[in-house]
Amino acid sequence: MVEPVLPTSILPLVMRGVVAKVRGVRIVGPVDLTIDAGGFTVVIGPNGSGKTTLLRLMHGLQRVSAGEAFWNVSDDVARQHQAYVFQTPIMMRRYVVDSIAYPLILRGMARRAAHKQAADWAVRFGLGHALDRPAPVLSGGEKQKLALARALIRRPEVLFLDEPSANLDGSATREIEAILQDAQADGTRIVMATHDMGQARRLANDVVFMVGGLVHETAPVAEFFDAPKTRKARAFVNGDIVE
Amino acid sequence: MSEIFQSLAEAWGLIITLDADLLEVVGLSLQVTLTAVLIASIIGLPLGAWLVVRRFWMRRYVIAVLNALMGLPPVVVGLFVYLMLSRSGPFGVFGLLFTPTAMIIAQVIIITPLIASIAHQTIRDLWAEYHDLLISLNTTRMQRIKALLWDGRRALLTAMLAGFGRAIGEVGAIMIVGGNIDHSTRVLTTAIALETGKGNFAFAMGLGMILIGLAIAVNLTIHILSRTERASIW
Repeated sequence: MVEPVLPTSILPLVMRGVVAKVRGVRIVGPVDLTIDAGGFTVVIGPNGSGKTTLLRLMHGLQRVSAGEAFWNVSDDVARQHQAYVFQTPIMMRRYVVDSIAYPLILRGMARRAAHKQAADWAVRFGLGHALDRPAPVLSGGEKQKLALARALIRRPEVLFLDEPSANLDGSATREIEAILQDAQADGTRIVMATHDMGQARRLANDVVFMVGGLVHETAPVAEFFDAPKTRKARAFVNGDIVE
Repeated sequence: MSEIFQSLAEAWGLIITLDADLLEVVGLSLQVTLTAVLIASIIGLPLGAWLVVRRFWMRRYVIAVLNALMGLPPVVVGLFVYLMLSRSGPFGVFGLLFTPTAMIIAQVIIITPLIASIAHQTIRDLWAEYHDLLISLNTTRMQRIKALLWDGRRALLTAMLAGFGRAIGEVGAIMIVGGNIDHSTRVLTTAIALETGKGNFAFAMGLGMILIGLAIAVNLTIHILSRTERASIW
């Protein structure tokens, strides 16, 4: 397998005046934001505030309409060292072990080696019993764990997650949070959108608060929840409706 | 009405006696059509996938033309291939006219647009599902096409079977380029046309029954082998 060697970190990611437009309508931006190495950032905000679009902009799934976003390395290199977990996990029509091995096979790893490694990851993520099952028939929590294993198996330097536990119950959420904490301990930089304020407090180091497609406030997590600077953030933390 | 019963008896008689001429005709029908389906699939399936994955300004027009070509009149294709392969045509030196190869060429031209177009529609839906994931995994265009063709393989069988259905029952083009020569280029459809012309309706009808039976048998075999309905999840 071609194991890409990184001379330097792909971080920081610097965004300057980044705007995302869809059919001429601005949905996010202009955003000025820097994602430095190390830590766990949560992106929070009301529905439609642009959390998903912001993550997609960072990951390169959404075209930058104006402004600029650049990594510490070229985009081509940066793209190889990041992964994305979608809100609704995308299940390929394959067996679980094949699905987890797929990112490795894309990198040119031999099938047998990739499968062996995928099986190890599946066991670690509590999917050991489901290796030979078709991915589309898994339960919601299992699908999300598969998506996480598939995202982490390449050991990305940055992992984006879009509300990974939005449709999951408590125990499945706890398992996923444990996986994310392990990943962070292994040195993966995590940027996650979430609706769950408890989850944000449990996991994050810092908070990006969005309203109406703009970054309204950024702060370390304790500071944000205990002493939000802006009126809207205060309202949001108190559970009021913010528009 | 009596002709129908007579033809059934005739067909049955041909089958149980394993008539040598009949076997030859059936064998050639299958050989020509299956070869044509194979070649057309090798061209049409990746073409369908490529048209999904690749965005270019002519794309919509190419797809529209492809859809239009699904209704290509076989007689015209036959005439075109005839002119290409005839002694004075550009490929005349190969001496392919009135051979099974010529029939295969004609059928490939007829069914490739059909297979590509159905494959395109199937793969377009799968691509909508996979798009974000495959972009996120930083796949090359080739890797995307491979993943879509592989994961959509069961649905793509339908495209191939549609191609088979059109080719096995086709008579206009292969009559022109094959010539319906006994023991050389006679297939079921051209034999039926000939026997009908001669007034042997029962015999022609018997051949027709065998043709229909053959098409059903091939479809069933493929469905059973690929477990289309049993593996309900994809």
